[in-house]
Amino acid sequence: MTADLDATPASPADPPPGTHAAESSSTWTGGLLNRWQRTLPPEKLLPDKQPEYVASWIYVFGVATLAALLVIVASGLILTLRGPAWWHQSDPGHYVNSVHLWSVELFFMFMVVHLWGKFWMAAWRGRRAMTWITGVVCFLASVGTAFTGYVIQTNFDAQWIATQAKDGLNSVGIGAWFNVLDVGQMLLFHVAMLPLVLGAIVIWHVLLVRRHGVVPPIDVALYEEETS
Amino acid sequence: MTNATDIERRPWAGANREYDIVKEFVIAMVVVTALTLGLAFAFGSPDDKNLTLQSWAAASPGDLVATAAQELAGTSGVAGYGPPYNNTPDVSQSIGPINLQELAGVRIPIDTATDFVIRPLEQMPANAATTDAINAWKGATPDQQAKWAGDYADAIDAADGDYTKVAAGDYGPVPVLTGSLLAAAEGGALDGVLLTQGRVYSTDYTLPLLFLADGTYLEDQARAQHLGGDQWGMTNETGSYPGQSWLWLYTFWYQIEPFASSDNADAWVWGLMMVLTVGLMLLPFIPGLRSIPRWIPVHRLIWRDYYKTHAVVKR
Repeated sequence: MTADLDATPASPADPPPGTHAAESSSTWTGGLLNRWQRTLPPEKLLPDKQPEYVASWIYVFGVATLAALLVIVASGLILTLRGPAWWHQSDPGHYVNSVHLWSVELFFMFMVVHLWGKFWMAAWRGRRAMTWITGVVCFLASVGTAFTGYVIQTNFDAQWIATQAKDGLNSVGIGAWFNVLDVGQMLLFHVAMLPLVLGAIVIWHVLLVRRHGVVPPIDVALYEEETS
Repeated sequence: MTNATDIERRPWAGANREYDIVKEFVIAMVVVTALTLGLAFAFGSPDDKNLTLQSWAAASPGDLVATAAQELAGTSGVAGYGPPYNNTPDVSQSIGPINLQELAGVRIPIDTATDFVIRPLEQMPANAATTDAINAWKGATPDQQAKWAGDYADAIDAADGDYTKVAAGDYGPVPVLTGSLLAAAEGGALDGVLLTQGRVYSTDYTLPLLFLADGTYLEDQARAQHLGGDQWGMTNETGSYPGQSWLWLYTFWYQIEPFASSDNADAWVWGLMMVLTVGLMLLPFIPGLRSIPRWIPVHRLIWRDYYKTHAVVKR
């Protein structure tokens, strides 16, 4: 019985849960767990120490971007509860929309500073190119997500933006599949498709940062005696 | 001494400092949330009421009638747009020999006379004059239809847009058709008919928005709010609010030649932005560009404390 097996006392030779057991397992699950532990052990995922050079205000903008994104998601979820036209008719709804707008403005401001900071730090060095690339893709997905938000405002601004933006999209042949004049399609892109894509890339980006660590200063020399 | 490239690739083996990542995240959340709530409270958000075909008819009936005449004549913006709405020859945008607009084909077919004027009138209760006008229109040859509507559109233009003062002429059923459409718009029925097209549910505003955009009223309102394409368009917002400022580079190209006056501006700007975007993504692999941070040593400022006490490897 399972309960009996679970109750079997561990012998002193038993490995700690989730370590040796996974390494010795030939199951897909064990293999995945093993790979996860090798790639991103807990001390890398949630470190309580960082290299001494991680001491600048520029590092704040990455986590500030993440924080603003969470405020965007939270305020967006509240807006979804009452539908896309709620904020026109309700003071609380208008305030939540304002929170959504300003969190987006802050999000982009923080992200652009973060991006420029990483550029001047040449943060792609040391096999961190994919971290840079996922960061750029995050920026692009954010632009797309924000844009769909503007065309579902269901007000004059949305009408104008949609009728203008269609020309660019049509000129490269994608306007029929991404029809900015179709509010229903844009709404679903904004609240489902693009946030899922953006969320997945953001998680990937953050995990890459944790895996490879923060890039060291340019041209820094590490004397062996410092490490001994 | 370990060289710099090795250091960049290996786990950091130098000195560490305590870094509470969870505390940093919590503080960031509190500060950013408070900042956002404060900005929202202090400044709110813009919400200029949407235009309707009814409000267009009330504010600028002549523009609506002239637009309807152009839709009938096949001389409106949508009528001469090309894919994805119709097959108008030689109007689609291309980048040299690459014509993606043409390649995509007509995916949202629109016959402007039928979809913007005749069918909406047929779907609404009509008086005898309107019914007769619809029948007369349908019984005419395409050439006759184009002549009636074209002449009427020209006459409105000659009357400075005042459809009540057009010169006498043979315009066939067109004045009745456009007048009936105007009446339907004034009563509010046209908004619903163009949106639903006989169905119950619809969230697709393609037809009413295209019809609205074919007139000059929408653009006039937008230009008054400094939202025109040559006024940095989407980077602005109604009122004095910040818009999509992150689109500044995309919008920038429309402000300068050769894009500003090009018939293929949209395609060229999109193409250019795609190239620049791929370039940004692949920056780590582009010789020269990837070395800019080394040549312009902003990093010296970022890591100034570290560089004060640590050696540098000259490459």
